[in-house]
Amino acid sequence: MHQPSTEARPSIYYHYQVFQPWLPTEHPAPTRQQVVIAGAGPAGLVTALELARLGVPSLVLESELQVSQGSRAIVFTRRSMEILQQVGVAERISANGLPWRFGNSYYRGQRVFRMEAPHEPDDRFFPMINIQQQYLEQYLIEACQASPLIELRWGNKLVQVAQQPGSACLTVDTPAGPYQLDTAWLVAADGARSGIRSALGLQMEGASYEGFFVIADIRIDLPLPTERLAYFDPDWNRGNTILMHREPHGIWRVDYQLPAGETPEDALRPESLKQRIDAQLAMIGHAGAPWVMDWCSVYSARTLTLPDFVHGRVIFTGDAAHMLPIFGVRGANTAFQDAQSLAWHLAFVLKGLAGEALLANHSAERVGAAREIIDEAGKSTRFMAPPSRGFRLLRDAVLSLSLSQPFVRPLYHWRTSRPHEYSASRLNSPGDDNALFMAGPAHGAPPRNVRLAANDFLLDHLGGGFDLLVFSDAPALPQPLLQVVADNRARGVPLRITAIGARGPVAGADQVLADADGHCRRRYGVPATGAAYLLRPDQHVCARWLTLDATRLQAALNTALPQ
Amino acid sequence: MSRPQPHHPTALDIAGLETVYDALAGAIDQAGPDKTELFLVKLAMLNADALADPERFQRLLQAALQDL
Repeated sequence: MHQPSTEARPSIYYHYQVFQPWLPTEHPAPTRQQVVIAGAGPAGLVTALELARLGVPSLVLESELQVSQGSRAIVFTRRSMEILQQVGVAERISANGLPWRFGNSYYRGQRVFRMEAPHEPDDRFFPMINIQQQYLEQYLIEACQASPLIELRWGNKLVQVAQQPGSACLTVDTPAGPYQLDTAWLVAADGARSGIRSALGLQMEGASYEGFFVIADIRIDLPLPTERLAYFDPDWNRGNTILMHREPHGIWRVDYQLPAGETPEDALRPESLKQRIDAQLAMIGHAGAPWVMDWCSVYSARTLTLPDFVHGRVIFTGDAAHMLPIFGVRGANTAFQDAQSLAWHLAFVLKGLAGEALLANHSAERVGAAREIIDEAGKSTRFMAPPSRGFRLLRDAVLSLSLSQPFVRPLYHWRTSRPHEYSASRLNSPGDDNALFMAGPAHGAPPRNVRLAANDFLLDHLGGGFDLLVFSDAPALPQPLLQVVADNRARGVPLRITAIGARGPVAGADQVLADADGHCRRRYGVPATGAAYLLRPDQHVCARWLTLDATRLQAALNTALPQ
Repeated sequence: MSRPQPHHPTALDIAGLETVYDALAGAIDQAGPDKTELFLVKLAMLNADALADPERFQRLLQAALQDL
C-alpha cells in the first residue's frame, strides 16, 4: 500500500500544504480516461493545462501529497514565461520572482566574462527570472484546480502499466490500496528517475559525466544584485567550479563541484557543507556572514535522451524523456516546451483532427530539440566539469589565458536554454513563401513578441489554437479565405484570425491590431499588405506568405494536420 | 605511406627555426615540470588564434600526433 508522507516538508521560507489523498474507496468505480498524466511536476501540470485549453480533459496522478522538496528549478527563461503566460501563471511569477539578465564569470578574483542577455522593448518578459520551483508548482496546481477539465489526485502512485491496442491499463496504488484505470493515452511526466521508463525497459542515448555537484539553498543577507555568479578554480576548491544565484525570500543558491572521489554522503555532512559555504563566502568578501541552510542535494551532469518519446500509448515528457545538465537552465525550461508541444499534438489526435502521424511529429521535433540541447549543454558541461585529462588541460589553459587574452572569454558562455526552431518539421508548409521573406520568424521558429502599447504585447493575444496573422489594411478579408477558415472551424479546428495594420474594423477578423507605426509588420518582415503567418497552437510558425490565398491556407492546414 | 604534412605558405627559415627552438626550450624550462603541459596548451591556443584557420589547425594537430 502506497503511504506518502503526511508531514509537511521542512522549509524556512515556503509553507507546504499537505493535500488529502484521493482514495478509490471513497469514489465510484473509475471510468475510462482519455489522458492520464503521471506526475504533477512542471511538465505534467503544463501538459494538463494546455490540454484543457484545447478542450481535452485529463487526470493527473501525483504520488506525493505536496509540491517539490526544495527549490530545484529556480531559473526560468523568457520563452518559458511566454509558455507559462499561455497557461495563466506568468503574472504571478513576475510578481514574485527576481528578473535578471547578466552573468559573471570569475577567475583568480578577476571578472573574466560578463554575459549580457538582450532585453528589448518588444519583450514582455526578462531573459531570466528566478523563483523557487515550489511556487511555480503551486501556481500551476491552483490553475489546474480552477479548470473543470483537470482532476488532480494526490497520493496516487502509478505502479504498473499494461499496454493493449488502443489503450493502457494502469494500476494505481493509494493509501487505501490499489485500483485500476483504463486510459487512451498515458503521459509519463514522472521525472528523471521515471518508474514508467524503467518498467518499459527503455534505454536513453547520450553521456553521463563523472563528478558531483552540491546544490545548497541558504538564507543570507548578501548585498549583491540578481545576476549569475560563476567562480572557476578558486583557492578553496582547486580545479572545481562554484555557481551562485539569488532567489526570492533572501535565499541564495550555492552550487559547488566536489573533488574527484568524494561521495555525496560525505559532501552532505553538515560540517562539510558549513566549511565549504563559509569558504565560498570568505572568497567573495563576506567572511563570517551568518546563514541558515534550507535545503541541499547532490547531482551529476547527464546528457541523455530517449530516442523516441512515444511508446505505444505511453508518451514521455520532461525529465522522464531526457536528462539534461543544469548548466544553461535546461531542465524545467525544456520541459515547458515539451509539454506545450505534446498537449496540442495529442489534443488534435484525440479530437480526430489529425492522425497519429502528428504524435510521431511531436516525438521527432522534441527528440531533435533534446539532441540540440545535448550538443550545446555538452559543451558547457565539458567546460564546467571537464570529463577527461585533455578537457581539464584545455579548460585550465583557457582560464589562465582569459586573464589577459579576450579571444578565449566567450568560452565562458554557458549557452542558456532557448527555444528549438523546428526548421525541418514535416508540418511546415512546402508551398508557401517562407524563402521569399527577408526577415521575421521563419518555418518552425517561435513567434516574435511585439510591444503594441503600454502593457500590451502581441503574444498576449495569441494561443489556444492555430493563429492566422493577416497583415492587411483592407476593411474586409477576402470571402474565399473566410470560407476556408469557416470550413476548418466546422470540423473542429480552433483557428483565430488576427488582422494587423488596419485603421478600423476588419470584417471577418476575430481581432484587429492597429500597428499604426508599422512596427509589428517590420518585426515579421512584411513588405506589403496581404502577407500572413500561420502559427501552430504552440505558436511556432508553420507557414507564411507574402500574399495569402484560400487555396494555400488550406494546403498549409492540411500539412500541419497530417491524417 | 603518405603522411599528413603541415602545409604552410611561409615556412620558417633556418635562423627563425633555431630561434623558435631555443625560445620554446627556454620557456618550457621557465614554466617548470608542473606547468609544462598548461604552458604548452596555452601556447597552442594562442597559435590557433593567430592561425585563424581551424582546418589547418586540425592538420597540424594530426602531424603532431604522428610518431609519438
